[in-house]
Amino acid sequence: MTFLASVDPLFVHGHMSGVDILILLIRLVVGWAALMGAVTMMIWFERKAISGMQSRIGPQRWGPFGLLQTLADGIKLFFKEDLIPEQSDRFVFKLAPYLSLVPAIVTFAIIPVGGTMHIAGHTVLLQIANPPIGVLLMLAMSGLSVYGVMLAGWASGSKYPLISSVRASAQMISYEAAMGISIVTVALITGSLSTHNIVDAQGGWFWHWNVIRLGVVPFIIFWIAITAEMNRPPFDVVEAESELVGGFNTEYSSIRFALFYMAEFMNTITMSALIVTLFFGGPAGWVPPVAHLKWIFPILWFVIKTSIFCFCYVWFRAALPRFRYDQVMDLGWKRLIPLSLGWMLVVAGFIVKPAWGLLMAAVVLFASVLLGRAFMLGQSRETGAESVLPAIGRRPLPEEVLRAYTDRDVTITDDDEEDW
Amino acid sequence: MSKPLSFFGGFKLTFQHLGKLPVTTSYPQAKRAKQPRFHGRHVLNRYEDGMEKCIGCELCAGVCPANCIHVRGLDNPPDHPVSPGERYGYIYEINYLRCIHCDMCVEACPTQAITESKMFEFSFTNRADAIYTKAELVVDDNGFPKKLPWEDWREGEAEMTGGWMRATSPAGDADFEGIVQWTGDLGFGVQAPEAGQSANRDDEKTGSKQLRRAFFRHLNAVDVNDDQRGLQGMMTMADEKMSAARKKMAERKAKKRAKS
Repeated sequence: MTFLASVDPLFVHGHMSGVDILILLIRLVVGWAALMGAVTMMIWFERKAISGMQSRIGPQRWGPFGLLQTLADGIKLFFKEDLIPEQSDRFVFKLAPYLSLVPAIVTFAIIPVGGTMHIAGHTVLLQIANPPIGVLLMLAMSGLSVYGVMLAGWASGSKYPLISSVRASAQMISYEAAMGISIVTVALITGSLSTHNIVDAQGGWFWHWNVIRLGVVPFIIFWIAITAEMNRPPFDVVEAESELVGGFNTEYSSIRFALFYMAEFMNTITMSALIVTLFFGGPAGWVPPVAHLKWIFPILWFVIKTSIFCFCYVWFRAALPRFRYDQVMDLGWKRLIPLSLGWMLVVAGFIVKPAWGLLMAAVVLFASVLLGRAFMLGQSRETGAESVLPAIGRRPLPEEVLRAYTDRDVTITDDDEEDW
Repeated sequence: MSKPLSFFGGFKLTFQHLGKLPVTTSYPQAKRAKQPRFHGRHVLNRYEDGMEKCIGCELCAGVCPANCIHVRGLDNPPDHPVSPGERYGYIYEINYLRCIHCDMCVEACPTQAITESKMFEFSFTNRADAIYTKAELVVDDNGFPKKLPWEDWREGEAEMTGGWMRATSPAGDADFEGIVQWTGDLGFGVQAPEAGQSANRDDEKTGSKQLRRAFFRHLNAVDVNDDQRGLQGMMTMADEKMSAARKKMAERKAKKRAKS
């Protein structure tokens, strides 16, 4: 007991009685069960929704509307043969799925699911842990989850997973910067890193939410950045089936593959919840003035908001084609990082004094013009008239090669295309 | 080529599809309708009086690019002839591990003895079952294909045999289209020609109106009748639906009156 109190793994600040520990355990178990249930539902929902968008039926065999499909898949994967490739680094190969699953679970611990509850004289926050480092924990965990993907690809001893994991680590590191800077704006306006405080500061109607208070830009940057961070479409170059077989998990089978799969969907839920927490007030929303319903409505609001974002991820997958790898890098480094940096400076200026904010805006505008000019110059050096490099951006199409052979100068016009 | 979608066009399109019915079916329970000229496994037809059409000429075996047909003819026994001609198919075997369902045998056959059913869902578990003999290929006494235990027949599928024969003029000349040049089949009688290749379309006679309506979205504009094109077509269809509904209502009323 004294050891637990001295280490304080769940941030209860010293005073720990038996009831406290019991409440903590209940919170842990309920949180864990809710997350696991949400993951199975999310997998089902994604498959069902995307099949609807593609005019298919989707899972339907197990349970009503195929609700038990995920369970059936899980059981099947659990009893499959566990293959470990001959060329693999066995220890790392076995470790990698957990490196990707554990951060996904831990990140969920800091999400405030509801308001507060009063049980047996104790005031309980409806979140598993409320560490003072708050969102930094999430940044740390997303940094750690890169290792899961990276080591999985490296330990497989196969070239496609290796390429995929190199892509993954580059992509995740690139977008971490933009994501971090947009979180900084949230931390600036709240004055705290704790997720509980962030949600508290946004209590009330939607104009109190960070998405409005910060201007919509940080939210959009954060959204794009975590989509890339999770390797979800349209940023799923990591598992581009047409290029890399199955991506970093090509060599994985049985329950180890299931762990990766679970981690992916757990991340989708956690990140949707994190968007809601940081920018959409978390559990904030209208609560009826009935004493016994006061605790359930915030949870309801939280679930509704999170499911909307979960749906958006499925929608992205159905509607958007995959980015090319260089486009992913371009978007991350050339657009999102400068934009988030500039916006953060402006927000910081306005928090100090409106005059400072305007000055910052002017400075950022000037800098962005300079940056734009620099990009244009770089572009023209690479592919423009003064280019000294062979054109790597665009390879000749087969028909163009053919035309070069037949020595005919025919260009395809829009009219020709209409005839096809 | 249709116009490319704008950025939000993709989102709109996918969202709209959420509300639409799926185009796929849950296959083993429900099947999609087969195309009218689908090539399935063969049947050996019989005349309306029950005689076999095959005369054992081996043209089908000769034309078969996969070498899967084995035929041997024999003189008809005078006291109980099998076919109305001089000879009949004594041995007729098709190896379905080889058959590519190209329908060349159907085109070659001078008596329309061999046609194709719509059956493609058969899975045998040994090589002997893969070779269909006369006992399995010849139609039964009602003119329907024999339903073997390893074949997945559904209701109504057996009636759709020999679509190709009814679709094409045997003479190969468009002038002969719609003109019957084949003999009657056991159980079906003389089957009406299927229209659709030339201007000579008698929908009432051929019974292919429903068929064309079902496929009219896939047809070229010239293949759709004037009264089924565009706004006029929609009006005609609505008119027909209305009159059918009115007929039903009238029938119901008449029934009620009869009851009371």
